[in-house]
Amino acid sequence: MDKILPLLQHNARASVADLAKSANLSEADVAARITKLEEDGVILGYQAIVDPQKVARERVTAVIEVKLTPEREGGFDKMAERIARFPEVQGCYLMSGGYDLLVIVEGRTLNEVAGFVSEKLATIKGVVGTGTHFRLKAYKENGVELKREAGPQRLAISP
Amino acid sequence: MNLTNHIATHVRGIPRSGIRDFFEIVQSMQDVISLGIGEPDFHTPWRIREAAIYSLERGHTGYTSNLGLPKLRERIAQYVHKNFHVGYDPATEIIVTVGVSEAIDLALRALLNPGDEVLFHEPCYVSYNPSVVLAHGVPVAVPTHAADNFRMTAEELAKKITPRSKVLMMNFPCNPTGATQTREELEKIARICIEHNLVVLTDEIYSELTYDGATHTSIASLPGMRERTVFLHGFSKAFAMTGFRIGYACAPAPLTEAMMRVHQYAILCANTMAQDAAIEALESGDNDVAMMRKEYEARRNFIVRSLNDLGLPCFTPLGAFYVFPDIRSTGLTSREFSMGLLEKKKVACVPGTAFGASGEGHVRCSYATSLEKIKIAMIRIAEFVAEVRK
Repeated sequence: MDKILPLLQHNARASVADLAKSANLSEADVAARITKLEEDGVILGYQAIVDPQKVARERVTAVIEVKLTPEREGGFDKMAERIARFPEVQGCYLMSGGYDLLVIVEGRTLNEVAGFVSEKLATIKGVVGTGTHFRLKAYKENGVELKREAGPQRLAISP
Repeated sequence: MNLTNHIATHVRGIPRSGIRDFFEIVQSMQDVISLGIGEPDFHTPWRIREAAIYSLERGHTGYTSNLGLPKLRERIAQYVHKNFHVGYDPATEIIVTVGVSEAIDLALRALLNPGDEVLFHEPCYVSYNPSVVLAHGVPVAVPTHAADNFRMTAEELAKKITPRSKVLMMNFPCNPTGATQTREELEKIARICIEHNLVVLTDEIYSELTYDGATHTSIASLPGMRERTVFLHGFSKAFAMTGFRIGYACAPAPLTEAMMRVHQYAILCANTMAQDAAIEALESGDNDVAMMRKEYEARRNFIVRSLNDLGLPCFTPLGAFYVFPDIRSTGLTSREFSMGLLEKKKVACVPGTAFGASGEGHVRCSYATSLEKIKIAMIRIAEFVAEVRK
């Protein structure tokens, strides 16, 4: 794995100059590595992690368990890719266990999400069942706890 | 009543810590970025804190055996064997202490008769000299040099040996210099210790924090050394558990027994819930340590390059979380540099002389602080250096 990657995963906004110092590389080298990671599709994008409770825009999020009958050619992949293509779908994962796909859907209102499930998702050929769970409250997003802990209490100078 | 005359002479003779007055100034100022902190800026990993909470829930609130919880000693034995390649019997050769500081005190009190000489490298941790004095020993500093990346050399050590030499104390990776030892040098030092029949106290508290894939070698693992070495380690640095106050000493049974005699009357036992937390650290803390090590390494790279770019040369330390830049090009002493930087730019670092006279010309900068703060500190130091050089 490129050593720039964990640094960017930790802070995608780090400047090339700072990354160069932290990774002990030249700035030109860092810039070239980032370009390559982007071109190769290793880095897919850069996004802000937002506390959903702190933005005025109300969003509704649901996780949906989807049961499928796999297609003769293409198995689960074709159907999963078809579902993932909807812009309402924020995440889509093939799962082991009691159902096949875990789909994370976001919408403006409860009705909008419910409508998407009943009209779009459930009607796709091969979808044999759905179970929808609405999210009530977030405690951790992308590995970041929403209730932020203050740094450890330390003496200003210590041996 | 004038109590001064009642204070024991050897305690009166201990100088005030070189860190203390800085601490008081920093306390009275706002918006100071401190590079003067000798403890991790990470919280103790949650699973370890949770184990301490669980310990209280289960009612583990009594004393433990003087030597420490048997299960903790077993885990320590496994950990030391796996990582340092030295075997110790958890029943008789390991004692759990209140940080490595207590373990050093125990070892010195157990070993020294008045007038016995204790050698240690300098610059070194602030407690070494006073701990020897408090145990009625005679401190003998072995200078280390920037030219050797502050490694203690067998050559300098040999110059300080006398018929009264009894103990060698060392701490690599080193606070304050970040110096580490090579196996070759340790072998030479070991030969001197064997030849002069010295006991070695080796404080390896920073050993997990080594970078660039460097291998840490414990002097206790070298041939003929286990029998004359007190291996000292703890949880404060690698597991970010400073406030838990848990350290340990591993040594041959007669020495452990002697340390236990001091410990049982002075302390009785280390904190019980902290010992439970330490068990959790050894059983499942490896990933957390690796994460913190990675973060320190990136900061180290950043701070070393920044300081060298400023014309404050420092070598790239392979261990601990300190850099020890040479500030002589500014024409200031360590103290003037640290005081000036604090007053004019609100950045705190510790003058090298706080760690012994051979620290003159250097300051200790800790990178156990966030990269964001280090970045601002480097800008402020650059401004300060430019103003001083004008």
